[in-house]
Amino acid sequence: MNTETNEMRQMIADTADRIFRDLCEPDVVNAAESGIWPTELWNTIEESGMTQIAVPEEHGGGGGSIGDAMIVLRAAGAYSVPLPLAETMLAGIALSSAGQTVPGGPLGFALPVDDEIVTLAQAGDDYVLNGSVGQVAWAIPGGQLVVIADMDGQECVALVDADAADIDAGINLAGEPRSTVTFDGSKVTACAPLGNQVDGETLFKLGALARSIMMAGALESMLEMTVQYTMDRVQFGRPIAKFQAVQHAMAVIAGEVAAAKTAADVAVHLLEAGEPGLLIEAAKARTSEAAGIAAELAHQAHGAMGFTHEHNLHHRTRRLWSWREEYGSEFYWQKVIGRTVSKAGGDGLWKAISDT
Amino acid sequence: MFQGLNFPPLDLPPECTEIRAEIRAFLAEERKLGNAKNIEAMSRYTPEYSERLGKAGFIGLTWPKKYGGHERSALERYVVTEEMLSAGAPTGCHWIADRQSGPLILKFGTEEQRETILPKIAAGEAYFCIGMSEPNSGSDLASVQTKATKTDGGWLLNGTKLWTSGAHISHYMIALVRTSPLDEKDRHAGFSQMIIDMKSPGLEISPVINLSGDHHFNEEVFTDCFVPDEMVVGEVGNGWNQVMSELGYERSGPERFLSTFQLFAELVDAVGDDPSDHEAQVIGRLAAQLIVLRQMSLSVAGMLGQGLVPANEASIVKDLGTNYCKLVPDLSRSIMAAMPSQRSSISYEATLASAILTVPSLTIQGGSREILRGVIARGLGMR
Repeated sequence: MNTETNEMRQMIADTADRIFRDLCEPDVVNAAESGIWPTELWNTIEESGMTQIAVPEEHGGGGGSIGDAMIVLRAAGAYSVPLPLAETMLAGIALSSAGQTVPGGPLGFALPVDDEIVTLAQAGDDYVLNGSVGQVAWAIPGGQLVVIADMDGQECVALVDADAADIDAGINLAGEPRSTVTFDGSKVTACAPLGNQVDGETLFKLGALARSIMMAGALESMLEMTVQYTMDRVQFGRPIAKFQAVQHAMAVIAGEVAAAKTAADVAVHLLEAGEPGLLIEAAKARTSEAAGIAAELAHQAHGAMGFTHEHNLHHRTRRLWSWREEYGSEFYWQKVIGRTVSKAGGDGLWKAISDT
Repeated sequence: MFQGLNFPPLDLPPECTEIRAEIRAFLAEERKLGNAKNIEAMSRYTPEYSERLGKAGFIGLTWPKKYGGHERSALERYVVTEEMLSAGAPTGCHWIADRQSGPLILKFGTEEQRETILPKIAAGEAYFCIGMSEPNSGSDLASVQTKATKTDGGWLLNGTKLWTSGAHISHYMIALVRTSPLDEKDRHAGFSQMIIDMKSPGLEISPVINLSGDHHFNEEVFTDCFVPDEMVVGEVGNGWNQVMSELGYERSGPERFLSTFQLFAELVDAVGDDPSDHEAQVIGRLAAQLIVLRQMSLSVAGMLGQGLVPANEASIVKDLGTNYCKLVPDLSRSIMAAMPSQRSSISYEATLASAILTVPSLTIQGGSREILRGVIARGLGMR
């Protein structure tokens, strides 16, 4: 990566950090979890050009790269930003890959997995969707959804009003909307075949990478919060940070955070270089594993205070516990990696590891 | 943001691809001779292997050519090291000399020391051991008591060194000794480092057999053992700083997470190419952690190559890496039942046995887990 890119990235990181610090206080997160859309936060981040930063300019984006988008998502993870930033970005990448203009505003993203099927078909002058998909992030009444759908064996992307679908609203552990969406002849606003080397599988992996980087951001912020707490909290006449047992627990969190950060950063870096190898799979597996270990120790260090709604530790931990499951848990990706390296055999194992 | 959690992604430069191919070709030949698949390969002593490796130009890779080195980059050396360890090649003889004694002499030694000793190390003919630990000085290195008293033309050593890996096969030791009495106000003052010829009169070496029944450790008793002035490394009194720089060389090297890699490879073979869901998940967990650890270690190597001192990052790699080495036998047992025995003719069982009997040492040597976590906590501002 050249110096210019580095400086550019630093600028994006600083801007995102400033916006989230100013406009994403814990009360904004709490309000969003109870259903109040953070208008000012969304408008500011959209006006800054960060919501579609990875989409080419001719399709309505910022003309940046996946790496630029990931910088924004890392900051979003660090502040528990209650917005569909990853979903809007993934939706934008899917639409623009198909040559479609990306609309403004937040976008929900529906990617069928496993046995789920959504089909796209022509009906007179219109195109319509049929089928059902679960765990759709940010399918909100009045909003727009981007759906990956099958049309005669070809993967397509469709833009549809959320109100044109039946939404069985649900939430994840962090109170973020995760709904089952059913289409029954739902008329789309726009659609086209996916292109430019983007397919459902790459979008799923990009989703995994997005969650990885968000978890890395959340983990780092959680470590900071927790270390600060141990230095402030006094018991037995001294800050609990002075107890070796507490220090060592924080060192364990730091190791997990370091592993998660490295995994996510290297995955982004190698993806941009065009040779991600097994790194995206490994990143989601490792960050998801780190999430559980670190969250447990962070709660332990915070004592009862961290178990209250008043303290905002849970903004990080409930998201970590949600995001580790989304786009494949550590167990899911470990299985994928395990099958791949098993084919290499014992003698080929090192090559399989080190070629990444 | 915290200091010490910085792991920038590293791209290996093209020359690393070339040297990887070269060392892989060398290792393939050695494999035919049976010089492969050793658990904790750094404790396998095979002088012929080290000599062939030296002849082939893979020792002293980064040192100046005038001292027998090859003027390659630190990252090329990293690649050679990870390839040797992952192949389980018996690197024990030259390991310490190549990793830390040679670099220490290059940095702090006299011209004469460099000219006489470094070429022999690079040829795979001179082996070193580390004289730091003592009966009453383990993690608390500043409590070292071995005393050097000034005499005509040199120093007289008295004291005992312990847990010295490979002392029995080494030509030299670099010992940390007290050249001035302990100053309670500055416990790190008054240390010096000296190169000891292991054939010196007044030096008695005896084996300390480890729990596997193997001979790696030794005890060395110094009784008025004479060390000439020319063998002092660096400045008299600067020993502590030199030792700290020595420890920093490779706390985060690939040996920290590859010590049980041979078992992982045996496990993959034992399970076969069509694993069950659970087997695939366990193998994938080991692979994912290994892939990430390697990237962390590479990142630290890159920073070291730029002249940075990523002490916290290196401690994190060692802490995570050695825990990972323990995870390999634990998880192997969970999916592949076996009766571990070093005498088993089934290679998975024999390798599992070696791994189980090796791993307790990994979280102790080169900085115990407790010391490392203290270092990491300091980096977090807690102490």
